[in-house]
Amino acid sequence: MPKDSGMAIDIDVEKRRGERIIAARFTAGPGLTALFGPSGVGKTSLLAMVAGLLRPDRGHIRIGTRTLFGDGIDLPPEARRIGYVFQDGRLFPHRRVRANLLYGHQLAAPADRWMGLDEAAAFLGIGHLLDRWPRSLSGGEAQRVAIGRALLAGPEILLMDEPLSSLDAARRGDIMAVIERIRDELKLPILYVSHDRAEVDRLATEVIALDG
Amino acid sequence: MLSPEEWSIVALSLKVGGVAVLATLPLAFALAWALARYRFPGRVLLDGLVHLPLVLPPVVTGWLLLLAFGPLGPIGRWLECWFGVSVMFRWTGAALAAAIMALPLMVRAMRLSIEAIDRRFEGAARTLGASRWHAFWTISLPLAFPGVLAALVLGFARSIGEFGATITFVSNIPGETRTLPLAIYSALQIPGAEAMVTRLALFSVALSLGALILSEWLVRRTHAERQRHGD
Repeated sequence: MPKDSGMAIDIDVEKRRGERIIAARFTAGPGLTALFGPSGVGKTSLLAMVAGLLRPDRGHIRIGTRTLFGDGIDLPPEARRIGYVFQDGRLFPHRRVRANLLYGHQLAAPADRWMGLDEAAAFLGIGHLLDRWPRSLSGGEAQRVAIGRALLAGPEILLMDEPLSSLDAARRGDIMAVIERIRDELKLPILYVSHDRAEVDRLATEVIALDG
Repeated sequence: MLSPEEWSIVALSLKVGGVAVLATLPLAFALAWALARYRFPGRVLLDGLVHLPLVLPPVVTGWLLLLAFGPLGPIGRWLECWFGVSVMFRWTGAALAAAIMALPLMVRAMRLSIEAIDRRFEGAARTLGASRWHAFWTISLPLAFPGVLAALVLGFARSIGEFGATITFVSNIPGETRTLPLAIYSALQIPGAEAMVTRLALFSVALSLGALILSEWLVRRTHAERQRHGD
């Protein structure tokens, strides 16, 4: 289980991309914080800024007591302890499921890990997939593995970018149940991007509405 | 089959081609990476220089090498002075000429495979705790690997076929710089050596074809392994 589950998220960023300005300012407590808004308001860019994959022009990003960006600090992605679950899963195609799951786990400091491979496989129901290649997985299976890969790296917070958008209705229900268990059993703070009202109503502890 | 003399020609060709591509590999990869990933001043010029041997008459490339690496050339004098070595009229010079001629092909093949890498995988690796360097070794390089293999084989095939720059730069010395194409050329000048020409030419065809089939097989195997269901 993550060490400190009462972590507050404090974000105030601004970034110009071409003609558009992506700006957001909010604080959020533990649980699942949904960033809700229509396509094109920069929800994905916002997650990328939190993960360190995109540099804000100004502002700050704080998780608990740690400053990830701002006040002269700009931690590289690998030092942020952020788990990122991408819309498309983004599993490494040249590594089997087991090697995908262990990629971040092996890079994390032992003290930062809070879940082992067996535990993650049982939690997500993916024990039978470990020797498979990502190409051979269904959308739902791939998304479970992607979640497992993020959890095994020992993150302090999980970023999820429309993780259900490529799934059919039945799989969506499955993965939503998994996300609820991450929120309630693991008590891992989640920043969740979606444009689907029903998803947000079911999952969110708190909703941040973003508009253009 | 081949006579002992012909086998030694083949062995020399393999040595020259092998050393040429292996020594060029790191440089070719670095060039391919820089051209695929970065925008920097002089990029167009660098791209042009890399491709120059592809379009220059090989005899001009050989002559330029002669100017640079000859006893009075800037690089030749430096090598002689500091290391007491010279590549003139040596098999190492033949390997150098072959390397220069193979470089554009190798850079092109690798550049295509580097450009084909989905860079979002590197971002995913970074969020999982990988430094830029670690992400390069564990994600980018393995994903570009089929292209690197193809470049090696393609460059090797080009190297053992090198003629014009080699004969201009290091001449045609039996046992030292007389590789397959030069040996075939020499045999053509000798009345009654048609049988030797035929054998060496057939061997060249077999070697080149083998190299192409090998590279195709290596690339396919890499893909097939990833597609196979693991259970």
